[in-house]
Amino acid sequence: MPNSVDPVISAEKVGKHYGHFRVLQDCSFEVKNSEVVVICGPSGSGKSTLIKCLNGLEGFDEGRIVVDGVSVGDPQVNLTKLRSRVGMVFQQFELFPHLTVEGNVMLAQRRVLGRSTAEARERARMLLDRVGLLEHSAKYPKMLSGGQQQRVAIARGLAMDPKVMLFDEPTSALDPEMIGEVLDVMVNLAKAGMTMVCVTHEMGFARHVGSKVLFMDQGRIVETGAPESFFKNTQSERAQRFLKNILHPMGI
Amino acid sequence: MTVWSWSAFFEYLFSPFLLYGAWTTIWLTVVSALLGLMLGGVVAAARMSGIGWLEKVAFFYVWLMRGTPLLVQLVIIYTGLPQIGIKFEVVTCALLGLALNEAAYLSEIIRGAVQSVGIGQRNAATALGLTKFQAMRDVILPQATRVMLPMLGNSVNGLLKTTSLTSAISMEELLRRTNLLIQERFLTLELFVVASIYYLVMTSAWSLVQNWLEHRFGRGFEEEARLENAEQR
Repeated sequence: MPNSVDPVISAEKVGKHYGHFRVLQDCSFEVKNSEVVVICGPSGSGKSTLIKCLNGLEGFDEGRIVVDGVSVGDPQVNLTKLRSRVGMVFQQFELFPHLTVEGNVMLAQRRVLGRSTAEARERARMLLDRVGLLEHSAKYPKMLSGGQQQRVAIARGLAMDPKVMLFDEPTSALDPEMIGEVLDVMVNLAKAGMTMVCVTHEMGFARHVGSKVLFMDQGRIVETGAPESFFKNTQSERAQRFLKNILHPMGI
Repeated sequence: MTVWSWSAFFEYLFSPFLLYGAWTTIWLTVVSALLGLMLGGVVAAARMSGIGWLEKVAFFYVWLMRGTPLLVQLVIIYTGLPQIGIKFEVVTCALLGLALNEAAYLSEIIRGAVQSVGIGQRNAATALGLTKFQAMRDVILPQATRVMLPMLGNSVNGLLKTTSLTSAISMEELLRRTNLLIQERFLTLELFVVASIYYLVMTSAWSLVQNWLEHRFGRGFEEEARLENAEQR
């Protein structure tokens, strides 16, 4: 069993390629307990691929990823068990449209963790209350706004009592007005001590609760640092240009 | 030749002989649709299995069954196979032919519907720790069912009428019994009109069932449809 000082996630020299095209190269980083690691970078830099490697949604060709003491790339490993301890939130929410909000949060609790319906419902309602959506429990996802759907998706992940939550651009598909409500939930989660890995361009979030920022470009982690130093004292020219573009898109 | 006879028309409209023929048509349809659906599910699973040779076998099956007329398939099963020593009852031949043929079409409908559920839904199910089987049963199939229901419904509607082909191998369903009466009484038009009315009643009743099924599996999607309609207006 991993002990509490071991990193929750450690990636060593992870590489992935499609034919000659290298999607990921030499990616190494660690996520310790209760850390919030923000991954940013231009589109096509491999951020989403990297985060999907962490729970085995994507395979990789080189290196090693250990999550909660389990080697993800090992073909012998039972990935379904590991995945149930790693929550994931997607850009497009991906709620199950044929299930109610409550049903979405209950499904994997019952099927994977073997909780009873009553137990699963109680946990679901507790979490829906926590993300401010208890009154919408009986609705279907399509009846909710994007921000509400994403909060349900977060509750769905939390219902598995995960060791770590992965966020893959959780606010990129939202109307600007709804970004705040989702970030609020994420900030509260971070403050409550959840270990998180977030692919996001919300630099305010990174500055506010981030423990570490990874900047990626062309499949490599180009720069790693604490948020203050990353924003104030950006090392690479590529990251400087990226920050300038997203913080001041009109050049002013 | 006589002109149209109303008395004969009404006599046969409620004839137990024809009603029993219609009943045969109904159970032929139901049983071959269910068998076809099960076999179609197996064929669809085989075609999406990722196992090379199994996919080829399934592809060959669909190609063969969709590329030849059902009437020919029925005649081969009924009169061809005995030549090499394989002999079935008429009922078995009819069900076998209908189900094997239907399975090929249904497998394509099932495959299309399963593939219409996006990779994002699969990823979400996988990320929650659901096994492949659980993801298929709890996440993919319920959504695929909604997509395939209208097509399945049309397919059953078609099948109701297609069962009439089994009259060619002397299966005593509605058309065969109608023909038998015509050979006796020569009331061609009256009897075919009665038979048509029976078929219409059966396909209309099926439409009601189909609507109910589509509504039942459309839960969670109606609101979306309503919103889209409102936007178009």
